[in-house]
Amino acid sequence: MKQKTIAPWTTWKAALVEDTALAIDIQNVSLWYGDFQALFEVDLQVKRGSITALIGPSGCGKSTLLRAVNRMNERLGDYVRTTGEIHVLDQDILSDDVELSQLRRHVGMVFQRPNPLPLSIQDNVLFAHRIHRADEKFNKLEEDEIVENALRRVLLWDEVKDRLGREATGLSLEEQQKLCIARLLPVKPTVILMDEPTSALDPKATAALEELIWELHGDYTILIVTHNMAQARRASEETAFMLLGRMVEHGVTEQIFLAPQEEGTADYIEGRYG
Amino acid sequence: MLAKRVKRSAPMDLDHRGRAWYIDKAVTFLVFVGGISAIIFIIGIFVFITKEGAGFIVGPLNVREFFASLTWRPTSSQNPSYGVLGLIAGTASVTGLAMVVSVPFSLGAAIFIGEFATGRLRESLKVLVELLAAIPSVVWGFIGLSIMNPLIIDMFDVPVGIGVLNSGIILGLMAAPIMTTIAEDALKAVPDTYREAAEAMGATKWQVIFRVVLPAGKNGLVAAVLLGVGRGFGETMAVLMASGNAIQIPTSPFDSVRAITATIAAELGDAPVGSDHYRALFTLGILLFVVTFIINLTADLVVKGARRA
Repeated sequence: MKQKTIAPWTTWKAALVEDTALAIDIQNVSLWYGDFQALFEVDLQVKRGSITALIGPSGCGKSTLLRAVNRMNERLGDYVRTTGEIHVLDQDILSDDVELSQLRRHVGMVFQRPNPLPLSIQDNVLFAHRIHRADEKFNKLEEDEIVENALRRVLLWDEVKDRLGREATGLSLEEQQKLCIARLLPVKPTVILMDEPTSALDPKATAALEELIWELHGDYTILIVTHNMAQARRASEETAFMLLGRMVEHGVTEQIFLAPQEEGTADYIEGRYG
Repeated sequence: MLAKRVKRSAPMDLDHRGRAWYIDKAVTFLVFVGGISAIIFIIGIFVFITKEGAGFIVGPLNVREFFASLTWRPTSSQNPSYGVLGLIAGTASVTGLAMVVSVPFSLGAAIFIGEFATGRLRESLKVLVELLAAIPSVVWGFIGLSIMNPLIIDMFDVPVGIGVLNSGIILGLMAAPIMTTIAEDALKAVPDTYREAAEAMGATKWQVIFRVVLPAGKNGLVAAVLLGVGRGFGETMAVLMASGNAIQIPTSPFDSVRAITATIAAELGDAPVGSDHYRALFTLGILLFVVTFIINLTADLVVKGARRA
Protein backbone atom coordinates (compact mmCIF):
# COMPACT_ATOMS: atom_id res chain seq x y z
CA MET A 1 0.00 0.00 0.00
CA LYS A 2 1.29 3.39 -0.93
CA GLN A 3 1.73 5.51 2.10
CA LYS A 4 -0.31 8.69 1.98
CA THR A 5 1.74 11.65 3.08
CA ILE A 6 -0.20 14.81 3.62
CA ALA A 7 2.23 17.30 4.93
CA PRO A 8 0.56 20.53 5.96
CA TRP A 9 1.04 23.15 3.28
CA THR A 10 2.96 25.35 5.62
CA THR A 11 5.90 22.98 5.39
CA TRP A 12 6.50 23.81 1.76
CA LYS A 13 9.83 25.32 2.63
CA ALA A 14 10.99 22.09 4.16
CA ALA A 15 9.94 20.30 1.02
CA LEU A 16 11.99 22.74 -0.98
CA VAL A 17 15.12 21.97 0.97
CA GLU A 18 14.89 18.23 0.41
CA ASP A 19 15.96 18.07 -3.16
CA THR A 20 13.08 16.26 -4.74
CA ALA A 21 13.90 15.50 -8.30
CA LEU A 22 10.36 15.92 -9.57
CA ALA A 23 8.34 19.14 -9.48
CA ILE A 24 5.23 17.54 -10.93
CA ASP A 25 4.47 13.85 -10.89
CA ILE A 26 1.28 12.93 -12.74
CA GLN A 27 0.34 9.28 -12.48
CA ASN A 28 -2.49 7.47 -14.15
CA VAL A 29 -4.70 10.53 -14.34
CA SER A 30 -8.06 10.25 -16.05
CA LEU A 31 -10.53 13.07 -16.24
CA TRP A 32 -14.17 13.28 -17.25
CA TYR A 33 -16.34 16.25 -18.18
CA GLY A 34 -19.66 14.66 -17.33
CA ASP A 35 -19.78 11.56 -19.52
CA PHE A 36 -17.02 12.72 -21.81
CA GLN A 37 -13.61 11.37 -20.94
CA ALA A 38 -10.97 13.97 -21.74
CA LEU A 39 -7.88 12.29 -20.27
CA PHE A 40 -7.00 8.59 -20.32
CA GLU A 41 -4.51 7.29 -17.72
CA VAL A 42 -2.00 10.05 -18.36
CA ASP A 43 1.50 9.91 -16.86
CA LEU A 44 3.90 12.82 -16.89
CA GLN A 45 6.96 13.62 -14.83
CA VAL A 46 8.34 17.14 -14.83
CA LYS A 47 11.79 17.80 -13.40
CA ARG A 48 12.37 20.72 -11.11
CA GLY A 49 13.48 23.87 -12.80
CA SER A 50 12.87 22.53 -16.28
CA ILE A 51 10.70 23.77 -19.10
CA THR A 52 8.39 21.13 -20.47
CA ALA A 53 6.23 21.78 -23.50
CA LEU A 54 2.89 20.04 -23.97
CA ILE A 55 2.02 19.72 -27.63
CA GLY A 56 -0.75 18.06 -29.59
CA PRO A 57 -3.69 18.88 -31.85
CA SER A 58 -6.68 20.91 -30.63
CA GLY A 59 -8.85 19.03 -28.20
CA CYS A 60 -6.20 16.48 -27.28
CA GLY A 61 -6.47 17.35 -23.60
CA LYS A 62 -3.28 19.29 -23.08
CA SER A 63 -4.99 22.32 -21.52
CA THR A 64 -7.12 20.01 -19.41
CA LEU A 65 -4.01 18.26 -18.15
CA LEU A 66 -2.38 21.62 -17.40
CA ARG A 67 -5.43 22.79 -15.48
CA ALA A 68 -5.49 19.57 -13.48
CA VAL A 69 -2.20 20.58 -11.89
CA ASN A 70 -3.65 23.67 -10.18
CA ARG A 71 -7.14 22.13 -10.14
CA MET A 72 -8.62 24.95 -12.19
CA ASN A 73 -10.82 22.38 -13.92
CA GLU A 74 -12.85 22.28 -10.75
CA ARG A 75 -14.13 25.77 -11.45
CA LEU A 76 -16.61 24.11 -13.79
CA GLY A 77 -18.25 22.37 -10.86
CA ASP A 78 -19.00 18.83 -9.86
CA TYR A 79 -19.34 17.48 -13.30
CA VAL A 80 -15.56 17.40 -13.68
CA ARG A 81 -14.19 14.20 -12.18
CA THR A 82 -10.49 13.40 -11.81
CA THR A 83 -8.92 10.09 -10.86
CA GLY A 84 -5.30 9.09 -10.46
CA GLU A 85 -2.56 10.91 -8.61
CA ILE A 86 -0.83 14.22 -9.03
CA HIS A 87 2.04 15.18 -6.77
CA VAL A 88 3.67 18.56 -6.68
CA LEU A 89 6.95 18.45 -4.78
CA ASP A 90 5.89 15.08 -3.33
CA GLN A 91 2.63 16.36 -1.98
CA ASP A 92 -0.63 14.85 -3.06
CA ILE A 93 -2.58 17.77 -4.51
CA LEU A 94 -5.78 15.86 -5.31
CA SER A 95 -6.33 15.08 -1.64
CA ASP A 96 -9.45 16.49 -0.04
CA ASP A 97 -7.30 18.19 2.59
CA VAL A 98 -5.64 20.47 0.07
CA GLU A 99 -6.64 24.10 0.29
CA LEU A 100 -6.98 25.29 -3.30
CA SER A 101 -5.82 28.73 -2.27
CA GLN A 102 -2.52 27.34 -0.98
CA LEU A 103 -2.08 25.03 -3.96
CA ARG A 104 -2.53 27.90 -6.39
CA ARG A 105 -0.08 30.02 -4.50
CA HIS A 106 2.57 27.43 -5.27
CA VAL A 107 1.34 26.54 -8.73
CA GLY A 108 0.83 29.79 -10.64
CA MET A 109 -0.81 30.07 -14.02
CA VAL A 110 -0.51 32.25 -17.13
CA PHE A 111 -3.45 32.26 -19.52
CA GLN A 112 -3.90 32.32 -23.26
CA ARG A 113 -5.15 35.88 -23.33
CA PRO A 114 -3.37 38.26 -20.98
CA ASN A 115 -5.81 38.83 -18.13
CA PRO A 116 -4.52 41.57 -15.85
CA LEU A 117 -7.08 42.60 -13.26
CA PRO A 118 -8.76 45.99 -13.72
CA LEU A 119 -6.44 47.52 -11.12
CA SER A 120 -3.28 49.57 -11.31
CA ILE A 121 -0.06 47.93 -12.47
CA GLN A 122 1.24 48.04 -8.93
CA ASP A 123 -1.90 46.49 -7.43
CA ASN A 124 -1.78 43.74 -10.02
CA VAL A 125 1.76 42.79 -9.00
CA LEU A 126 0.79 42.88 -5.34
CA PHE A 127 -2.54 41.06 -5.71
CA ALA A 128 -1.44 37.51 -4.90
CA HIS A 129 1.04 38.82 -2.36
CA ARG A 130 -1.71 40.66 -0.48
CA ILE A 131 -3.99 37.66 -0.56
CA HIS A 132 -1.47 35.19 0.75
CA ARG A 133 0.37 37.34 3.21
CA ALA A 134 -2.55 39.29 4.58
CA ASP A 135 -1.50 38.57 8.16
CA GLU A 136 1.89 40.18 7.84
CA LYS A 137 2.38 43.91 7.73
CA PHE A 138 4.32 45.37 4.86
CA ASN A 139 5.18 49.01 4.67
CA LYS A 140 5.14 51.04 1.49
CA LEU A 141 8.88 50.68 1.02
CA GLU A 142 8.79 46.90 1.20
CA GLU A 143 5.87 46.77 -1.18
CA ASP A 144 7.66 49.05 -3.63
CA GLU A 145 10.63 46.75 -3.49
CA ILE A 146 8.50 43.70 -4.17
CA VAL A 147 6.92 45.42 -7.16
CA GLU A 148 10.26 46.53 -8.53
CA ASN A 149 11.86 43.11 -8.15
CA ALA A 150 8.97 41.33 -9.81
CA LEU A 151 8.82 43.77 -12.70
CA ARG A 152 12.58 43.70 -13.18
CA ARG A 153 12.51 39.93 -13.27
CA VAL A 154 10.10 39.98 -16.23
CA LEU A 155 12.04 42.78 -17.96
CA LEU A 156 9.15 45.22 -17.64
CA TRP A 157 10.43 47.62 -15.00
CA ASP A 158 12.03 50.18 -17.29
CA GLU A 159 8.92 50.40 -19.44
CA VAL A 160 6.39 50.91 -16.66
CA LYS A 161 8.29 52.34 -13.71
CA ASP A 162 6.83 55.81 -14.29
CA ARG A 163 3.22 54.69 -14.54
CA LEU A 164 2.78 52.09 -11.81
CA GLY A 165 -0.47 53.72 -10.75
CA ARG A 166 -2.04 53.43 -14.19
CA GLU A 167 -4.63 50.83 -15.12
CA ALA A 168 -2.91 47.62 -16.17
CA THR A 169 -5.51 47.04 -18.87
CA GLY A 170 -4.03 49.99 -20.77
CA LEU A 171 -0.73 48.21 -21.42
CA SER A 172 0.15 46.51 -24.70
CA LEU A 173 -0.62 42.79 -24.89
CA GLU A 174 3.04 41.90 -24.54
CA GLU A 175 3.37 44.08 -21.45
CA GLN A 176 0.14 42.68 -20.04
CA GLN A 177 1.34 39.12 -20.44
CA LYS A 178 4.66 39.95 -18.78
CA LEU A 179 2.73 41.57 -15.97
CA CYS A 180 0.65 38.40 -15.62
CA ILE A 181 3.90 36.52 -15.04
CA ALA A 182 5.28 39.19 -12.73
CA ARG A 183 2.29 39.06 -10.42
CA LEU A 184 2.96 35.39 -9.68
CA LEU A 185 6.53 35.93 -8.54
CA PRO A 186 6.09 37.76 -5.19
CA VAL A 187 4.52 34.66 -3.61
CA LYS A 188 7.42 32.50 -4.83
CA PRO A 189 5.62 29.76 -6.74
CA THR A 190 7.25 26.42 -7.45
CA VAL A 191 5.56 25.74 -10.74
CA ILE A 192 4.27 28.13 -13.38
CA LEU A 193 1.70 26.70 -15.77
CA MET A 194 1.38 28.46 -19.10
CA ASP A 195 -1.57 27.88 -21.38
CA GLU A 196 -0.49 29.03 -24.86
CA PRO A 197 0.87 32.25 -23.37
CA THR A 198 1.90 33.76 -26.70
CA SER A 199 -1.09 32.91 -28.88
CA ALA A 200 -2.55 36.41 -28.58
CA LEU A 201 0.77 38.12 -29.31
CA ASP A 202 2.48 39.24 -32.51
CA PRO A 203 5.77 37.56 -33.57
CA LYS A 204 7.99 40.18 -31.97
CA ALA A 205 6.17 40.01 -28.65
CA THR A 206 6.21 36.22 -28.88
CA ALA A 207 9.98 36.25 -29.22
CA ALA A 208 10.27 38.55 -26.20
CA LEU A 209 8.01 36.30 -24.14
CA GLU A 210 9.91 33.17 -25.13
CA GLU A 211 13.13 34.82 -24.13
CA LEU A 212 11.64 35.68 -20.77
CA ILE A 213 10.30 32.16 -20.22
CA TRP A 214 13.70 30.76 -21.02
CA GLU A 215 15.25 33.20 -18.61
CA LEU A 216 12.88 32.19 -15.80
CA HIS A 217 13.41 28.46 -15.94
CA GLY A 218 15.70 27.05 -13.37
CA ASP A 219 14.20 29.21 -10.67
CA TYR A 220 10.74 28.05 -11.61
CA THR A 221 9.47 24.84 -13.10
CA ILE A 222 7.55 25.71 -16.22
CA LEU A 223 4.93 23.56 -17.92
CA ILE A 224 3.80 25.21 -21.11
CA VAL A 225 1.03 24.25 -23.52
CA THR A 226 1.69 25.38 -27.05
CA HIS A 227 0.17 25.07 -30.48
CA ASN A 228 3.29 26.42 -31.98
CA MET A 229 5.69 23.62 -32.83
CA ALA A 230 8.57 25.97 -33.45
CA GLN A 231 8.01 27.45 -30.02
CA ALA A 232 8.13 24.07 -28.34
CA ARG A 233 11.33 23.36 -30.18
CA ARG A 234 12.94 26.71 -29.37
CA ALA A 235 11.81 27.26 -25.83
CA SER A 236 11.62 23.92 -24.05
CA GLU A 237 13.92 21.27 -22.71
CA GLU A 238 11.46 18.45 -22.72
CA THR A 239 8.40 17.90 -24.85
CA ALA A 240 5.35 15.77 -24.24
CA PHE A 241 3.04 14.88 -27.10
CA MET A 242 -0.62 14.15 -26.47
CA LEU A 243 -3.28 12.78 -28.76
CA LEU A 244 -6.98 12.16 -28.05
CA GLY A 245 -6.53 12.42 -24.31
CA ARG A 246 -3.55 10.09 -24.10
CA MET A 247 0.10 10.78 -23.50
CA VAL A 248 1.81 9.44 -26.61
CA GLU A 249 5.41 10.35 -26.07
CA HIS A 250 7.54 12.34 -23.69
CA GLY A 251 11.22 13.01 -23.94
CA VAL A 252 14.00 15.48 -24.49
CA THR A 253 12.79 18.09 -26.97
CA GLU A 254 15.59 17.44 -29.46
CA GLN A 255 14.81 13.78 -29.55
CA ILE A 256 11.04 14.25 -29.91
CA PHE A 257 11.56 16.51 -32.88
CA LEU A 258 14.44 14.71 -34.57
CA ALA A 259 13.74 11.09 -33.78
CA PRO A 260 10.21 10.57 -32.48
CA GLN A 261 9.56 7.02 -31.36
CA GLU A 262 5.87 6.96 -32.15
CA GLU A 263 4.29 7.28 -35.55
CA GLY A 264 1.61 9.66 -34.25
CA THR A 265 4.22 12.07 -32.95
CA ALA A 266 6.12 12.03 -36.20
CA ASP A 267 2.98 12.66 -38.23
CA TYR A 268 1.95 15.58 -36.06
CA ILE A 269 5.37 17.16 -35.99
CA GLU A 270 5.66 16.94 -39.74
CA GLY A 271 2.28 18.63 -40.09
CA ARG A 272 0.30 15.73 -41.51
CA TYR A 273 -2.55 16.65 -39.17
CA GLY A 274 -3.29 19.05 -36.39
CA MET B 1 -16.93 27.97 -72.73
CA LEU B 2 -16.45 31.58 -71.69
CA ALA B 3 -19.16 32.81 -74.01
CA LYS B 4 -21.62 30.39 -72.51
CA ARG B 5 -21.07 31.81 -69.04
CA VAL B 6 -21.56 35.38 -70.14
CA LYS B 7 -24.85 34.47 -71.75
CA ARG B 8 -26.10 33.03 -68.46
CA SER B 9 -25.49 36.09 -66.28
CA ALA B 10 -28.55 38.05 -65.08
CA PRO B 11 -29.57 41.31 -66.76
CA MET B 12 -27.96 44.31 -65.06
CA ASP B 13 -30.93 46.34 -63.92
CA LEU B 14 -29.14 48.69 -61.59
CA ASP B 15 -32.09 51.04 -60.97
CA HIS B 16 -34.57 48.23 -60.33
CA ARG B 17 -36.58 48.61 -57.11
CA GLY B 18 -38.30 45.39 -56.13
CA ARG B 19 -40.74 44.60 -53.36
CA ALA B 20 -37.95 44.21 -50.85
CA TRP B 21 -36.93 47.81 -51.43
CA TYR B 22 -40.41 49.15 -50.67
CA ILE B 23 -40.83 46.95 -47.62
CA ASP B 24 -37.47 48.11 -46.32
CA LYS B 25 -38.40 51.79 -46.75
CA ALA B 26 -41.82 51.29 -45.14
CA VAL B 27 -40.43 49.45 -42.13
CA THR B 28 -37.68 52.02 -41.68
CA PHE B 29 -40.33 54.75 -41.66
CA LEU B 30 -42.55 52.92 -39.16
CA VAL B 31 -39.69 52.27 -36.78
CA PHE B 32 -38.65 55.91 -37.05
CA VAL B 33 -42.16 57.11 -36.22
CA GLY B 34 -42.35 54.71 -33.28
CA GLY B 35 -39.01 55.85 -31.91
CA ILE B 36 -39.59 59.55 -32.40
CA SER B 37 -43.10 59.46 -30.90
CA ALA B 38 -41.73 58.23 -27.57
CA ILE B 39 -39.51 61.30 -27.42
CA ILE B 40 -42.36 63.58 -28.52
CA PHE B 41 -44.65 62.22 -25.80
CA ILE B 42 -42.05 62.80 -23.10
CA ILE B 43 -41.43 66.33 -24.27
CA GLY B 44 -45.22 66.81 -24.47
CA ILE B 45 -45.69 65.71 -20.89
CA PHE B 46 -42.95 68.01 -19.73
CA VAL B 47 -44.42 70.96 -21.65
CA PHE B 48 -47.90 70.25 -20.24
CA ILE B 49 -46.70 70.06 -16.65
CA THR B 50 -44.57 73.15 -17.06
CA LYS B 51 -47.45 75.08 -18.64
CA GLU B 52 -49.78 74.23 -15.79
CA GLY B 53 -47.19 74.98 -13.14
CA ALA B 54 -45.80 78.11 -14.80
CA GLY B 55 -48.74 80.27 -13.70
CA PHE B 56 -47.81 79.50 -10.11
CA ILE B 57 -44.07 79.86 -10.53
CA VAL B 58 -44.27 83.33 -12.07
CA GLY B 59 -47.23 84.36 -9.87
CA PRO B 60 -47.77 83.57 -6.20
CA LEU B 61 -44.61 81.52 -5.74
CA ASN B 62 -42.34 82.75 -3.00
CA VAL B 63 -39.20 80.66 -3.38
CA ARG B 64 -38.11 81.14 0.19
CA GLU B 65 -41.49 80.16 1.59
CA PHE B 66 -41.77 77.28 -0.88
CA PHE B 67 -38.58 75.56 0.23
CA ALA B 68 -38.27 76.75 3.83
CA SER B 69 -41.74 76.74 5.27
CA LEU B 70 -43.51 73.84 6.85
CA THR B 71 -46.94 75.28 6.29
CA TRP B 72 -48.77 73.69 3.41
CA ARG B 73 -52.19 75.33 3.49
CA PRO B 74 -53.21 75.71 -0.12
CA THR B 75 -56.94 75.75 0.44
CA SER B 76 -57.09 78.52 3.00
CA SER B 77 -59.13 81.37 1.52
CA GLN B 78 -57.68 84.07 3.80
CA ASN B 79 -54.07 83.14 4.04
CA PRO B 80 -52.94 80.36 1.69
CA SER B 81 -49.42 79.11 2.28
CA TYR B 82 -47.33 76.89 0.04
CA GLY B 83 -44.40 75.57 2.08
CA VAL B 84 -43.19 72.18 0.86
CA LEU B 85 -40.35 71.64 3.33
CA GLY B 86 -42.47 69.11 5.21
CA LEU B 87 -43.28 67.25 2.00
CA ILE B 88 -39.62 67.19 0.94
CA ALA B 89 -38.69 65.91 4.41
CA GLY B 90 -41.39 63.25 4.09
CA THR B 91 -40.17 62.05 0.71
CA ALA B 92 -36.52 62.20 1.79
CA SER B 93 -37.06 60.30 5.05
CA VAL B 94 -39.14 57.56 3.45
CA THR B 95 -36.79 57.18 0.47
CA GLY B 96 -33.76 57.28 2.76
CA LEU B 97 -35.10 54.54 5.01
CA ALA B 98 -36.14 52.57 1.94
CA MET B 99 -32.55 52.65 0.71
CA VAL B 100 -31.22 51.58 4.10
CA VAL B 101 -33.53 48.58 3.85
CA SER B 102 -33.12 47.71 0.20
CA VAL B 103 -29.44 48.36 -0.63
CA PRO B 104 -27.99 45.60 1.59
CA PHE B 105 -30.76 43.19 0.61
CA SER B 106 -30.48 43.92 -3.08
CA LEU B 107 -26.70 43.82 -3.28
CA GLY B 108 -26.64 40.67 -1.20
CA ALA B 109 -29.25 39.06 -3.42
CA ALA B 110 -27.41 40.16 -6.56
CA ILE B 111 -24.11 38.76 -5.27
CA PHE B 112 -25.77 35.49 -4.32
CA ILE B 113 -27.59 35.11 -7.64
CA GLY B 114 -24.65 36.26 -9.73
CA GLU B 115 -21.71 34.64 -7.95
CA PHE B 116 -22.91 31.73 -5.84
CA ALA B 117 -26.16 30.29 -7.15
CA THR B 118 -25.88 27.97 -10.13
CA GLY B 119 -28.17 26.14 -12.50
CA ARG B 120 -31.81 25.83 -11.63
CA LEU B 121 -31.59 27.68 -8.32
CA ARG B 122 -30.14 30.69 -10.07
CA GLU B 123 -32.78 30.72 -12.81
CA SER B 124 -35.68 30.34 -10.40
CA LEU B 125 -34.33 33.10 -8.16
CA LYS B 126 -34.08 35.44 -11.13
CA VAL B 127 -37.66 34.72 -12.16
CA LEU B 128 -38.80 35.18 -8.59
CA VAL B 129 -37.12 38.58 -8.30
CA GLU B 130 -38.70 39.68 -11.56
CA LEU B 131 -42.09 38.53 -10.31
CA LEU B 132 -41.60 40.67 -7.21
CA ALA B 133 -41.08 43.67 -9.45
CA ALA B 134 -44.49 43.02 -11.00
CA ILE B 135 -46.51 43.36 -7.78
CA PRO B 136 -48.75 46.43 -8.17
CA SER B 137 -47.94 49.27 -5.80
CA VAL B 138 -51.45 49.35 -4.38
CA VAL B 139 -50.92 45.79 -3.21
CA TRP B 140 -47.76 46.91 -1.43
CA GLY B 141 -49.76 49.72 0.17
CA PHE B 142 -52.32 47.19 1.24
CA ILE B 143 -49.60 45.06 2.83
CA GLY B 144 -48.37 48.17 4.63
CA LEU B 145 -51.82 48.93 5.98
CA SER B 146 -53.01 45.50 6.92
CA ILE B 147 -49.87 43.55 7.81
CA MET B 148 -47.07 45.96 8.68
CA ASN B 149 -49.29 48.33 10.64
CA PRO B 150 -50.42 45.85 13.36
CA LEU B 151 -46.96 44.28 13.32
CA ILE B 152 -45.27 47.60 14.11
CA ILE B 153 -47.87 48.43 16.77
CA ASP B 154 -47.23 45.04 18.39
CA MET B 155 -43.46 45.00 18.16
CA PHE B 156 -42.67 48.54 19.25
CA ASP B 157 -45.71 49.21 21.41
CA VAL B 158 -46.64 52.42 19.60
CA PRO B 159 -50.20 53.70 19.07
CA VAL B 160 -49.99 53.92 15.28
CA GLY B 161 -48.00 51.70 12.94
CA ILE B 162 -48.30 53.89 9.89
CA GLY B 163 -45.43 56.28 9.24
CA VAL B 164 -41.82 56.54 8.13
CA LEU B 165 -40.89 53.04 9.27
CA ASN B 166 -43.83 51.35 7.63
CA SER B 167 -43.64 53.14 4.30
CA GLY B 168 -39.84 53.00 4.28
CA ILE B 169 -39.83 49.23 4.62
CA ILE B 170 -42.60 48.83 2.05
CA LEU B 171 -40.79 51.13 -0.37
CA GLY B 172 -37.52 49.32 0.28
CA LEU B 173 -39.13 46.00 -0.61
CA MET B 174 -40.59 47.59 -3.71
CA ALA B 175 -37.27 49.01 -4.86
CA ALA B 176 -35.33 45.82 -4.09
CA PRO B 177 -36.28 43.79 -7.19
CA ILE B 178 -35.24 46.42 -9.71
CA MET B 179 -32.03 47.10 -7.78
CA THR B 180 -31.28 43.39 -7.58
CA THR B 181 -31.88 42.85 -11.28
CA ILE B 182 -29.70 45.77 -12.36
CA ALA B 183 -26.98 44.98 -9.82
CA GLU B 184 -26.93 41.38 -11.00
CA ASP B 185 -26.56 42.58 -14.59
CA ALA B 186 -23.65 44.72 -13.46
CA LEU B 187 -21.94 41.72 -11.84
CA LYS B 188 -22.62 39.56 -14.87
CA ALA B 189 -20.94 42.19 -17.05
CA VAL B 190 -17.66 41.68 -15.16
CA PRO B 191 -15.64 39.40 -17.46
CA ASP B 192 -15.16 35.90 -16.14
CA THR B 193 -11.47 36.12 -17.03
CA TYR B 194 -11.05 38.45 -14.02
CA ARG B 195 -12.50 35.84 -11.69
CA GLU B 196 -10.44 33.13 -13.30
CA ALA B 197 -7.25 35.17 -12.99
CA ALA B 198 -7.86 35.90 -9.32
CA GLU B 199 -8.83 32.30 -8.53
CA ALA B 200 -5.72 31.03 -10.29
CA MET B 201 -3.68 33.18 -7.91
CA GLY B 202 -5.35 31.48 -4.98
CA ALA B 203 -8.00 34.04 -4.12
CA THR B 204 -10.93 32.60 -2.20
CA LYS B 205 -14.48 33.12 -3.41
CA TRP B 206 -14.97 36.05 -1.09
CA GLN B 207 -11.64 37.63 -2.01
CA VAL B 208 -12.56 37.36 -5.68
CA ILE B 209 -15.88 39.09 -5.05
CA PHE B 210 -14.59 41.72 -2.69
CA ARG B 211 -11.30 42.58 -4.38
CA VAL B 212 -12.13 42.03 -8.03
CA VAL B 213 -15.80 41.68 -8.94
CA LEU B 214 -17.28 44.47 -6.81
CA PRO B 215 -14.64 47.06 -7.77
CA ALA B 216 -14.96 46.10 -11.44
CA GLY B 217 -18.74 46.32 -11.33
CA LYS B 218 -18.76 49.44 -9.15
CA ASN B 219 -20.38 51.78 -11.66
CA GLY B 220 -23.18 49.39 -12.48
CA LEU B 221 -23.86 48.91 -8.79
CA VAL B 222 -24.02 52.65 -8.18
CA ALA B 223 -26.42 52.95 -11.10
CA ALA B 224 -28.57 50.19 -9.60
CA VAL B 225 -28.78 52.04 -6.30
CA LEU B 226 -29.60 55.33 -8.04
CA LEU B 227 -32.40 53.74 -10.05
CA GLY B 228 -33.73 52.28 -6.81
CA VAL B 229 -33.68 55.79 -5.31
CA GLY B 230 -35.54 57.08 -8.35
CA ARG B 231 -38.12 54.35 -7.93
CA GLY B 232 -38.66 55.21 -4.27
CA PHE B 233 -38.77 58.90 -4.98
CA GLY B 234 -41.50 58.64 -7.55
CA GLU B 235 -43.61 55.99 -5.86
CA THR B 236 -47.05 57.26 -4.90
CA MET B 237 -49.71 54.76 -3.99
CA ALA B 238 -47.83 52.68 -1.41
CA VAL B 239 -46.51 55.82 0.28
CA LEU B 240 -49.96 57.37 0.31
CA MET B 241 -51.35 54.31 2.04
CA ALA B 242 -48.54 53.56 4.50
CA SER B 243 -47.08 56.91 5.55
CA GLY B 244 -49.93 58.51 7.49
CA ASN B 245 -49.98 61.79 5.54
CA ALA B 246 -49.30 64.30 8.30
CA ILE B 247 -47.07 67.14 7.11
CA GLN B 248 -44.09 67.43 9.42
CA ILE B 249 -40.38 66.83 9.71
CA PRO B 250 -40.20 63.39 11.32
CA THR B 251 -38.24 63.03 14.53
CA SER B 252 -38.78 59.33 15.04
CA PRO B 253 -39.30 56.40 12.67
CA PHE B 254 -42.86 56.08 13.92
CA ASP B 255 -43.81 59.62 12.93
CA SER B 256 -46.34 60.12 10.23
CA VAL B 257 -45.15 62.00 7.14
CA ARG B 258 -46.51 63.11 3.80
CA ALA B 259 -44.58 62.64 0.57
CA ILE B 260 -44.63 64.96 -2.44
CA THR B 261 -46.17 62.30 -4.65
CA ALA B 262 -48.85 61.42 -2.15
CA THR B 263 -49.78 65.11 -1.83
CA ILE B 264 -50.34 65.42 -5.58
CA ALA B 265 -52.37 62.24 -5.70
CA ALA B 266 -54.50 63.16 -2.71
CA GLU B 267 -55.21 66.79 -3.56
CA LEU B 268 -55.29 67.15 -7.32
CA GLY B 269 -58.81 65.78 -7.59
CA ASP B 270 -60.15 68.43 -5.20
CA ALA B 271 -58.26 71.42 -6.54
CA PRO B 272 -60.29 73.59 -8.94
CA VAL B 273 -58.66 73.58 -12.36
CA GLY B 274 -56.61 76.71 -12.88
CA SER B 275 -56.56 77.71 -9.21
CA ASP B 276 -53.33 78.50 -7.37
CA HIS B 277 -53.66 75.24 -5.49
CA TYR B 278 -53.96 73.33 -8.77
CA ARG B 279 -50.91 75.09 -10.18
CA ALA B 280 -48.93 74.63 -6.97
CA LEU B 281 -49.49 70.89 -7.27
CA PHE B 282 -48.15 71.00 -10.81
CA THR B 283 -45.13 72.86 -9.51
CA LEU B 284 -44.58 69.93 -7.15
CA GLY B 285 -44.82 67.74 -10.24
CA ILE B 286 -42.07 69.78 -11.91
CA LEU B 287 -39.92 69.39 -8.80
CA LEU B 288 -40.40 65.60 -8.88
CA PHE B 289 -39.77 65.48 -12.59
CA VAL B 290 -36.53 67.44 -12.32
CA VAL B 291 -35.16 65.44 -9.38
CA THR B 292 -36.07 62.07 -10.93
CA PHE B 293 -34.58 63.23 -14.22
CA ILE B 294 -31.33 64.18 -12.51
CA ILE B 295 -31.16 60.85 -10.67
CA ASN B 296 -31.80 58.83 -13.82
CA LEU B 297 -29.38 60.92 -15.86
CA THR B 298 -26.69 60.42 -13.23
CA ALA B 299 -27.34 56.67 -13.25
CA ASP B 300 -27.13 56.67 -17.02
CA LEU B 301 -23.85 58.60 -17.05
CA VAL B 302 -22.39 56.30 -14.43
CA VAL B 303 -23.30 53.26 -16.52
CA LYS B 304 -21.78 54.87 -19.60
CA GLY B 305 -18.64 55.48 -17.59
CA ALA B 306 -18.64 51.80 -16.73
CA ARG B 307 -18.81 50.84 -20.39
CA ARG B 308 -15.96 53.11 -21.33
CA ALA B 309 -13.70 51.71 -18.63
